[in-house]
Amino acid sequence: MTTPASIPQELADRDDLPDDVKQLIGLGQYSEGSEFAVERGYIWTSCASVENGNPLFWDDEVAEQVTGGPIAMPTMLSVWFRPHHWAPGRTSQALPLQVHFDLKERFDLPEAVMTDNTIVFHEPVRPGDRLKTRQVLQSVSPPKTTKLGMGRFWVIDVEYRNQNDELVGIESYTGFGYKRDHS
Amino acid sequence: MTELNDRCLDQVVVGDGLPPLRVDVTATTIVLGALAARDWRPMHHDHDFAVNRNGTRDIFMNTPNQAAWFERYLTDWTGPKGRLGRMKFKMSGSVFPGDTMVLAGTVKDVSTDDTGCGWVTVEVALTVEGDVKTSCVASVALPTSRDDNPWARRGDRWKP
Repeated sequence: MTTPASIPQELADRDDLPDDVKQLIGLGQYSEGSEFAVERGYIWTSCASVENGNPLFWDDEVAEQVTGGPIAMPTMLSVWFRPHHWAPGRTSQALPLQVHFDLKERFDLPEAVMTDNTIVFHEPVRPGDRLKTRQVLQSVSPPKTTKLGMGRFWVIDVEYRNQNDELVGIESYTGFGYKRDHS
Repeated sequence: MTELNDRCLDQVVVGDGLPPLRVDVTATTIVLGALAARDWRPMHHDHDFAVNRNGTRDIFMNTPNQAAWFERYLTDWTGPKGRLGRMKFKMSGSVFPGDTMVLAGTVKDVSTDDTGCGWVTVEVALTVEGDVKTSCVASVALPTSRDDNPWARRGDRWKP
């Protein structure tokens, strides 16, 4: 984990957030490397799934000319971190956005939905790259009531870097964990 | 050198419409999209699970695959030099086999940042029978001239 430099005063002053959650805001968690290197088979399968004929992905001459060699579809960022459906010795299901599930448990909010997803793209991802990721809790709202029930909104960033520690992208998820009105 | 059909920033004005893309969605579309994204969750391939556990009409398209459809739609319009900088989307409904989904976009902003990078902001709606299922706002870098290439930008010269 990476410790945040300091807790901002406006966060320290909030009395709706437990101290242990305040400590998590801005903290890098669940740093991990991908289970396999970026490979072209998945890139082509992904292109095929949406009939994407962009020559960047199919024509090496164009890729060399425009992007300095083959790259992955930028929107494939999260693909490289989804765990295998099964792996030897694995005894429990690996979850791809653990901070989200931690918050559900911490606040005893059994239901959750994702309301917004933002992806910011930086360095291109290339075949052979070994990516790494970490999750950063950016914010947690005070309790809110929506038509779904009472709960909290939170924003979690997932940062992706390549083997040279270059930022390749950030996915930002806004989640709403809640209890149904009747529960 | 391959001649590329790329859209330049000076060819775009606010209000331009992108040509709509119509896709007849099948079960294969949904399952292929989910597995290409390594999304093994059963609601994207198991009809019985989707209907009886999730309470949905059928299996439905997953989020990463929708992002891939948006990317394809945008870069079909820009050409290969178009470089995605940022994409934000909000889902309000699901896409099922048997649906005809339509992606349609409009240019909302054209600008150049302080590094000289040209940007367009495009709003795209994914609809089924006129109902918006997912809305997306994307920032895409376009070449400012025939010699410019947004993909050549690195470090401080790339500010998505």
